Amino acid sequence: MTTYLEFEKPLAEIEGKAEELRALARKNEEMDVEKEAAALDKKAADLLRDLYKDLSPWRKCQVARHPDRPHCKDYIDALFTEFTPLAGDRNFADDHAVMGGIARLNDEPVVVIGHEKGHDTNSRIRHNFGMARPEGYRKAIRLMDMADRFGLPVVTLIDTPGAYPGKGAEERGQSEAIARSTQKCLTIGVPLISVIVGEGGSGGAVAFATADRVAMLEHSVYSVISPEGCASILWKDAEKMREAAEALRLTAQDLRKLGVIDRIIKEPTGGAQRGRDAAIAAVGSEIALMLAEMSGRKSSDLVKERRRRYLDLGNKGLAA
Amino acid sequence: MNWISNYVRPKINSLFSRREVPENLWTKCPECGTMLFHRELSDNLNVCTNCDHHMAITPRERFNALFDSGIFTEVKIPEPIADPLHFRDQKKYPDRLKAAQKATGEKEAMLVAEGEMGRTPIVAAAQDFSFMGGSMGMYVGNAIIAAAERAVKLKRPLVLFSAAGGARMQEGILSLMQMPRTTVAVQMLREANLPYIVVLTHPTTGGVTASYAMLGDVQIAEPNALICFAGPRVIEQTIREKLPEGFQRAEYLLDHGMLDRVTHRMKMRDELITILRMLMRLPPPVAGDLPAPEKAETAEKPAEAAPAKGKKA
Ligand SMILES: [Zn+2]
Repeated sequence: MTTYLEFEKPLAEIEGKAEELRALARKNEEMDVEKEAAALDKKAADLLRDLYKDLSPWRKCQVARHPDRPHCKDYIDALFTEFTPLAGDRNFADDHAVMGGIARLNDEPVVVIGHEKGHDTNSRIRHNFGMARPEGYRKAIRLMDMADRFGLPVVTLIDTPGAYPGKGAEERGQSEAIARSTQKCLTIGVPLISVIVGEGGSGGAVAFATADRVAMLEHSVYSVISPEGCASILWKDAEKMREAAEALRLTAQDLRKLGVIDRIIKEPTGGAQRGRDAAIAAVGSEIALMLAEMSGRKSSDLVKERRRRYLDLGNKGLAA
Repeated sequence: MNWISNYVRPKINSLFSRREVPENLWTKCPECGTMLFHRELSDNLNVCTNCDHHMAITPRERFNALFDSGIFTEVKIPEPIADPLHFRDQKKYPDRLKAAQKATGEKEAMLVAEGEMGRTPIVAAAQDFSFMGGSMGMYVGNAIIAAAERAVKLKRPLVLFSAAGGARMQEGILSLMQMPRTTVAVQMLREANLPYIVVLTHPTTGGVTASYAMLGDVQIAEPNALICFAGPRVIEQTIREKLPEGFQRAEYLLDHGMLDRVTHRMKMRDELITILRMLMRLPPPVAGDLPAPEKAETAEKPAEAAPAKGKKA
């Protein structure tokens, strides 16, 4: 079953009609609908291509949040071998919003860390919709430390609406955990590469995405605040999220202009949710490329260049 | 009087007397309702003399009280490009900036200065909540980086007073990128083995808390300051329950192990001097009013302020 986004409604209608016709034909053998249905298929394909050709920033937000998009676990299962999840922050709990462990990518051992949103009601609740608590960031810090000690590159997959705004999370030092995780990203002497595969939600994303190389899927977003949140603060009207999404420059295309990210990974027509395998494969080859680019560099150079990258960032604005 | 105070002080004082001409001679404490005379209030660093409620204080007022004889030299901040995203909501971002500049008389939301505090050389940075909620954008990031670089260059500790609602939304992702940028600044101090003390003041929230404001060697807060990542309203909407009394206030954080100390503003300077002198392995501070620092000042200052001239004695 396809989950249609609001702006895909015309598409849902056409695809629905084609499906209706074929269902009728299945019941009634004399009926020949194939020509008509094929015409509808063509119309739907054209519309899909048109819809996704030039997605507005707000539509990109919706696509980035699409429940059928591949999530962290899907990427890990498909791209890595021998994935061995490692759990816990050794202090309070294991946070299921963050998954991580050691695995092999093209036979090379790496540490992989990412936000997991879950794929159905039960797993979404279990993974807290990808909103990490301090334990999640502290688990990541522990894994990055381990990667550093054993010389393993770190790959992070970003997909979070943001850090969890909860009572316990605050009491246990959400802000400190995020700050330390970012700090850890800036101190480890191994390659650190990051891919934003869905939502890059504010500080919760920065904590893992402060990297040597950052790539984004074509329709993913990365922002200081959600368009809804920004609209309700600056426009005093949460319904102005379209305007806010526009103003925030949160698309992969704008972020590359600003120098915040390095690469854009193309998605299949209709988004990663319609071509999951192709999207996953594209992310896989991009990760391999970025790792190859970073391999063989001296630890001290990696750290120095990573810091330089952030110190220099933003000095050119949209002309970067 | 040494040459520095003769030379610099009048300028600073005139700046202050202009800024401090109060529109109202009386201020009502928002906490207890007591009417406070402006002199009494400013002598008490904007802390209510009746109930100890800590009201906002501008970076300049704070530095005037922090540095010996109110003498400090501003550290120049590299200018970021203006309005990097061409952001406009209901107003244009440059218009909001201009309005804030006019209202505060300051250029941006952070002031950085060097000077001596209890004859302890320091670099200090203070965030200005009255300037667009103290929000962190490229300028604030540049200010923190400049402060750290200056501290490393002079081998001095950095004291940072935080106050911010969070990131400067009008700079979008670039405001978010100040989290890693300022963390690099903190790392410079760490690697130079220089103390970095954060004084968290009301309010310090959002991305500011989740970066440089939580990475101090010593974390001190002013009483009752709101310090959080997610604000109480957002949390109440998310968990749909009432939050406990004092939640996310300085004392609550102290109880939960997130701070070293909660210190009254009037005692802050002495405490900072005490801590910093120990961490810098300097002899204990001289108690009471300091004698005229004739010898020490002339011996140290020219070397720093004008290394090219020197050698007059
Ligand atoms: Zn009062």
